[in-house]
Amino acid sequence: MAHFEKASSITEWLDQRLAITTVKKVMALEYWIPKNINFLWAMGMVLAFTFALLTISGIFLLMYYQPNVDTAFDSVNYTIMSEVGFGWLWRHIHGVAASVVFLIIYIHMFTGIYYGSYKKGREMIWLSGMLLFVVFSAEAFSGYMLPWGQMSYWAGMVITNLFEGFSPDIAGGIMNAPGLVEWIRGDYVPGQAFLSRFFMLHVLLLPLVIIGLIGLHFAALRIPHVNNQDGEEFDYHEAAKLYKEGKTKESKVIPFQPVFLSKDVFVLGVYLIFFFYLVFYHFNFAMDPVNFDPADGLKTPAHIYPEWYFLWSYEILRPFPKDPGLIAFGFAQVAFFLLPFLDKSDTVAPANRRGLFKYWFWIMIVDMIVLTVMGKLPPQGIWNHIGLVAAVVFIALFVSLPWVTKNENRA
Amino acid sequence: MKNELKILGVVVIFTAILYWGVEPFAHTQMHKHVDGEHFAYSDLNESTKKGNVENGKTLVMGAGACTGCHGIQAVAHKAPMDAATAVSAYGVNPPDLSTAGGLYSEKFLANLIENPAHALKVEHKFDAAKGKMHPMPAFYGAGGDKAQEIADMVAFLKSIAPKEISPKNAYLDACGRCHANRYGKLDQLGETPTFKSETDTLKHKVAVLEYQDKLKAYMGKLPPDLSIIIRARSEHFLETFVENPQSQLEGTSMPRVGLSAEGFEKVKAYLTQTGDPSKTAREAIGPWVLLFTLVFTVLAYLWKKSMWKDH
Ligand code: HEC
Ligand code: HEC
Ligand code: HEM
Repeated sequence: MAHFEKASSITEWLDQRLAITTVKKVMALEYWIPKNINFLWAMGMVLAFTFALLTISGIFLLMYYQPNVDTAFDSVNYTIMSEVGFGWLWRHIHGVAASVVFLIIYIHMFTGIYYGSYKKGREMIWLSGMLLFVVFSAEAFSGYMLPWGQMSYWAGMVITNLFEGFSPDIAGGIMNAPGLVEWIRGDYVPGQAFLSRFFMLHVLLLPLVIIGLIGLHFAALRIPHVNNQDGEEFDYHEAAKLYKEGKTKESKVIPFQPVFLSKDVFVLGVYLIFFFYLVFYHFNFAMDPVNFDPADGLKTPAHIYPEWYFLWSYEILRPFPKDPGLIAFGFAQVAFFLLPFLDKSDTVAPANRRGLFKYWFWIMIVDMIVLTVMGKLPPQGIWNHIGLVAAVVFIALFVSLPWVTKNENRA
Repeated sequence: MKNELKILGVVVIFTAILYWGVEPFAHTQMHKHVDGEHFAYSDLNESTKKGNVENGKTLVMGAGACTGCHGIQAVAHKAPMDAATAVSAYGVNPPDLSTAGGLYSEKFLANLIENPAHALKVEHKFDAAKGKMHPMPAFYGAGGDKAQEIADMVAFLKSIAPKEISPKNAYLDACGRCHANRYGKLDQLGETPTFKSETDTLKHKVAVLEYQDKLKAYMGKLPPDLSIIIRARSEHFLETFVENPQSQLEGTSMPRVGLSAEGFEKVKAYLTQTGDPSKTAREAIGPWVLLFTLVFTVLAYLWKKSMWKDH
């Protein structure tokens, strides 16, 4: 056992046992961040903060929510919204945060794509990020089931139906999964078993996985360091040395705490103004009116659509016939995972300085928005055609990416 | 700084287009657009007669036969039947008329008395020519000038309506015979009482269920509980739907209720109370929270500036 001297202060006492001074140095005071970055690099922290908001508000909701098909709706809409002090505030925070977190995730993702932060050593940051995206999606979907409104029920029905697999007459039926849908639901239709298991996933299993993945994501940032506005590679030891010698102007880095943090906190402030404006004055986009009608298995709503952040992939499924639609949908789910491997260029630079990739990037953004909007509109007439074209463009974009990026290496 | 604002501009523009597409634009494409007429009921006939309250009273309480079916608490007239008997006789319990003169449009009331199925817009269900009579009979006149007699009755109903009708009473009289509101602790029989014994609780429950069964038979389906309808439908939908249910749900059995604009505001106030009770708190706290975040942001900006000064 190590030898312990009597400590003369609490800090020293803790330091002897937990090495807090070293931890603080490694994690904050001498965690070097490039200076040449803009506010988009604060989105990661905004995400971490929003996740914290979701967790805290979720804990408050959990104290009154009842995962029972007969009482769930009223426990949320009556008990929490009108009987519990400030229950409405926690619910609005939770609902709005669940929607806004996806806006920030998309901004964060597209930032990574724009600046090429997914390759040349940063693949694990990207892959862990994509895992976060998938698990966040599952978390949002499972949470949407809990109020047991009309959209909970019918979106639950439609999405779990996807697990039926391909038609039985395709390839002798091997891609058809009889009984899988019922196994997932625990019943023939969404019911008590369904609600209970999604409740478990939403409040226990998935949050645990998310916390673990955030840890992995942060760890993956350590060795490659975050990227910067010019994709510049430089010697961190050199830069850190300059900084510690007091040549802060010449150095290319800043310490996480307090310099980088001060900017993060400012960006967070701007975000919070926007966020609380939505919480108090503009929340319908995040809390769909249709879900304020209680679940009714006998009454199909006129329009069934997922929350806005799933619409683009929903629209890659919808305009096709069943089997090709499923393949396209599966492709949409993995496309972004493959990005580091489809991009054949060694250049790490903003998309606007990368030849053809520049066009690729902006077409991709516009296509995602078109898909999202078409995913919400009723699948009729012209909307259906636009949706089909946008879906094909999406697939073509990812299939063509190796050729789009290959020539960059010559320059 | 300039660079950052430019980037922010790009992010904001794309976000705004996305928002416009999935919210305002998508809603115009998903829902039928119905123009309201602000409770003018322009399809109904306007009467120019000035009513006589005294004569109106005689008619309502006598030859008009209104009190044969309706209670009028305002003049201490009890309903001739209890709700259970009335629902068996008419399919729905005729409402108390004390507030009618205050809640309904004057024009609508006159037309209702003259021809209920027409005013209520349920002629697709009740066609006198085919022998399908509306449970509330049309008024055929008491021997004098029929239009004048109707104007008299309307004048009487207006004279007895209380100056202040509470939102809850407005709801009870205009919608309560068909729609429960469990968050407001109302069922089709009125306020849901709390009993000491479970037997009484269950007895009441059975009475409500029996009422609902008959109502279902009359309406074709059980009218939905309206506890939280204010969040489930847009304000515009509610207004145009109540003004004319057929405009939004063709062929529906819900009658045109005939509220005046003020009457509708009362009903809406009650629906807000039960379905969106945090509205006032939200509006009270919102500015303070936003002020806090604003101050926080300004302080954070000053901190950031001082930190980045030498960098
Ligand atoms: C035979 C019974 C009967 C008589 C007589 C009768 N009513 Fe009615 N009344 C009803 C019933 C039943 C309803 C409910 C109909 C429904 O909601 O479908 C009703 C509804 C009403 C309503 C509410 C309509 C609305 O817009 O929701 C008013 C007001 C009314 N009656 C006034 C009168 C007046 C005034 C008279 C006398 C001229 C009268 N009633 C005579 C049975 C009667
Ligand atoms: C005579 C019975 C009756 C009265 C009185 C009545 N309703 Fe209804 N209401 C119905 C029925 C029946 C339905 C179901 C309609 C359908 O689905 O076709 C309905 C449906 C509704 C709906 C849901 C429409 C939808 O989108 O599904 C609303 C909102 C509504 N009523 C509001 C009101 C309000 C507000 C009042 C009072 C001002 C009122 N109703 C009075 C019978 C009634
Ligand atoms: C949802 C929870 C997430 C959290 C809490 C989170 C957090 C962070 C943080 C704090 C950073 C460092 C600061 C920054 O660059 O913003 C970061 C960087 C990064 N994240 Fe995430 N992230 C999440 C999701 C994602 C997703 C979905 C992706 C995309 C697949 C992703 C990809 C990246 C990439 C590529 C970087 C490196 C950026 C660079 O090097 O410039 N992250 N993340």
